[in-house]
Amino acid sequence: MNGPSVADMLVVDDLRVAFPNREGGMTEAVRGVSFRLGRERLGIVGESGSGKSQTGRAILGLTAPEGRVTANRMEFDGIDLLHSSARQRRALRGGRIAMVLQDPKFSLNPVMSIGDQIVETLDAHARVSRREARDRALETLRQVQIDNPERVFDLYPHEVSGGMGQRAMIAMMLIADPDLLIADEPTSALDVTVQLQLLAILDRLVTDRGMGLVFISHDLRLVSTFCDRILVMYAGKVVEELSAGGLQDAQHPYTRGLVNCLPRLGEHRHPLPTLDRRPEWAL
Amino acid sequence: MSAVNAPSPGGWREWLMSDRPQSRRQAALGRAYGGWRTFSRNRLAMLGLAIVIALLLVALFANQLAPYSPYIGDLRTTRLLPPSAAHWFGTDDQGRDILSRIIHGSRITLFVVVLVAILAAPIGLVVGTVAGYSGGLIDAALMRITDIFLAFPRLILALAFVAALGPGIENAVIAIAITSWPPYARIARAETLTIRQADYIAAVQLMGASPWRIVLRHIMPLCVSSVIVRVTLDMAGIILTAAGLGFLGLGAQPPTPEWGAMIANGRLYVLDQWWVAAAPGAAIFLVSLAFNLLGDGLRDALDPKGVK
Amino acid sequence: MTARPVAAGLAIDNLSVVYDEFTAVDNVSIRVEPGQSFGIVGESGSGKSTILRAVCGLAPRTAGAVSLVAPPGDRTGALPAPGSREFRRRVQMVFQDPYGSLHPRQTIDRTLAEPLAIHRMGDAETRIERALDEVGLGKGFRFRYPHQLSGGQRQRVAIARALILEPQILLLDEPTSALDASVQAEVLNLLEEMRRRHGLTFVLVSHDLAVVTHMCERLMVMQRGRRVEELSADDLALSRVSDPYTQRLMVASRGFRRGGPEAA
Repeated sequence: MNGPSVADMLVVDDLRVAFPNREGGMTEAVRGVSFRLGRERLGIVGESGSGKSQTGRAILGLTAPEGRVTANRMEFDGIDLLHSSARQRRALRGGRIAMVLQDPKFSLNPVMSIGDQIVETLDAHARVSRREARDRALETLRQVQIDNPERVFDLYPHEVSGGMGQRAMIAMMLIADPDLLIADEPTSALDVTVQLQLLAILDRLVTDRGMGLVFISHDLRLVSTFCDRILVMYAGKVVEELSAGGLQDAQHPYTRGLVNCLPRLGEHRHPLPTLDRRPEWAL
Repeated sequence: MSAVNAPSPGGWREWLMSDRPQSRRQAALGRAYGGWRTFSRNRLAMLGLAIVIALLLVALFANQLAPYSPYIGDLRTTRLLPPSAAHWFGTDDQGRDILSRIIHGSRITLFVVVLVAILAAPIGLVVGTVAGYSGGLIDAALMRITDIFLAFPRLILALAFVAALGPGIENAVIAIAITSWPPYARIARAETLTIRQADYIAAVQLMGASPWRIVLRHIMPLCVSSVIVRVTLDMAGIILTAAGLGFLGLGAQPPTPEWGAMIANGRLYVLDQWWVAAAPGAAIFLVSLAFNLLGDGLRDALDPKGVK
Repeated sequence: MTARPVAAGLAIDNLSVVYDEFTAVDNVSIRVEPGQSFGIVGESGSGKSTILRAVCGLAPRTAGAVSLVAPPGDRTGALPAPGSREFRRRVQMVFQDPYGSLHPRQTIDRTLAEPLAIHRMGDAETRIERALDEVGLGKGFRFRYPHQLSGGQRQRVAIARALILEPQILLLDEPTSALDASVQAEVLNLLEEMRRRHGLTFVLVSHDLAVVTHMCERLMVMQRGRRVEELSADDLALSRVSDPYTQRLMVASRGFRRGGPEAA
């Protein structure tokens, strides 16, 4: 492995993303997010509108064209992401930085077989023979625990289940051997049992390949059991950073409220505690 | 609703843009204002709207605007005169002032356009939504009828109808209306097929609403906007079909100043007295273009997703 | 409100729903006592939502019967049959997707007035205002369009719409799965309060075991159109679970476990 050896593969300092609003001004969706990422699983948790997805998109360079991205620093392995050209960004994306989005149906090309799409991704980043490409694609499908890769190779996206589609999506991302994977709600559209299988696959890949992972999700319970470190976002800001399993020690009232308002097996709390959003959290 | 919440003069905009309307009227007006804001941002659409309004005004005040009679000319002194200060667009072979004829012709154009729109659009809307909502045999029957109409070129079918009904502007309108509803039915059906899957339709179904109520009150209002857009975009085609029928002598009969018939008449002199055909041609072109631009603007303004 | 309405229960006997070749629901029976809250848990494709849709006539019943259950001691007369106008008034539903269940071109006012108009219930003004107050929205929301509301507010409107006909049974199809966790808690609390106040019978469908055990006294686990097992919420809370599938669901609901069974 010849990836970045430094602890901080990704450095984000004071990231801000703003969009034009109806009054003609700009509204900030992300308001000064800073973090560093090594070879670890970093979770970003928040509710809708917290800016978690926009943070991920800004790192990938996928902010909508009318949005404005600023930061003191945003670097991947020493490469300045803020000032690199669209072409450099494209080369990074799907190469050294991969992404997995919520719904595989939107990310996979419906008129191309899954195998062909994986091979195409490989072609875009490496010079290999047709035969070798196919072998590597099958190998990657096997890595995401698809039992019958030869069959899946020739299937079209509509012919597979949601879980299988998401695995194919991950396989497509992995074939370029990325250093960093950004996953935005990768398992939210899936059933719980399938969800966990997928997380197990991601987990193994991070450990075996030494990949960095940014896992963006609304599901506090899932993220807190899966990630090494968690950033809790509220109204465009990181309100708290937690370590793995440190959910019970959360200090910020927002995080605590979020933990408390979930119904739990074997507990009778009627009514459930609700979240009293205080305006000072959003300051 | 009472006028309790009548805003101060400067607050009209805020009142209309409010996210918290206090009455039915404010909600409806606010919605209309939102659509207007989208529409008015489109300059070309505004140009189209201006031309259509101008057409309306010209038709309304034709008697006052036209400098000469559209029917009577002087064969001895004013036959086929080129454009001049006295006759801006020149005169035709009967010695009639072309400008006056075009001004009066706008009434006929408007008559055709409006009548076709109020005949054809509702037919298409009803056929399409009923077919789409009921499905099965009714759908199959209605759509096959639609297909039959769609299988013939519109002008040919209109010709056949006019031939059967007899020439004349009213029959031309009926013929055009009969031939122009099928596309609206198709659009309405396609939209209905997606809308009827929605949970809000399921919700009224399980409240016990009758199929007619669901189609009329819940589905049709959602199809209306796309049909309106399509009708506006079709206006150009309708005007051209009417002009075509007029040109072939099957629409308005002489001496009615119908634009198509005027071109047919000018055809005889097109090489030496070009203005006879050019002026009505330009009028048809301008109005058709205006309706097209208007339709484009409406498409953006009426899109429910675009309303913010 | 006059006297506290008497709830009816719901009985489903040997229900099957078959689409072409695909069996969505395979011979399922449920009995929900009047005033009880019953949960159906399962993953996608388990047929849990189809059961609700078959009860209220949105999905075809291939075989089996659906009927209302009179409260004990109540022998006042025949209960309405499924599909009848009166049945539709007594059985209402709240849908999963708050963005798709409100008509995009109708104000909240019209959405709430429609069921009253269909059932020719008078006094629409007061009923609408009371319904909005009850779900915690208030009069200020009455003339807004759905796009001016948040997901949680929309779901409150959907609950108001279901309750405005004063039904006895509420079918809840994943009512909070599209909402943020904090909003979910608010909506669940609201539903519980409505149930208490109106003496409603609930049938709640969800993929989330914790939500179902929080809301329901009894529940049924489903997989691929079949019933896996039926148990009480207390059984589940104390892990008194016999079927391996239910056990898997329980483990999964606790979150990710490194080195868990999935990693194999």
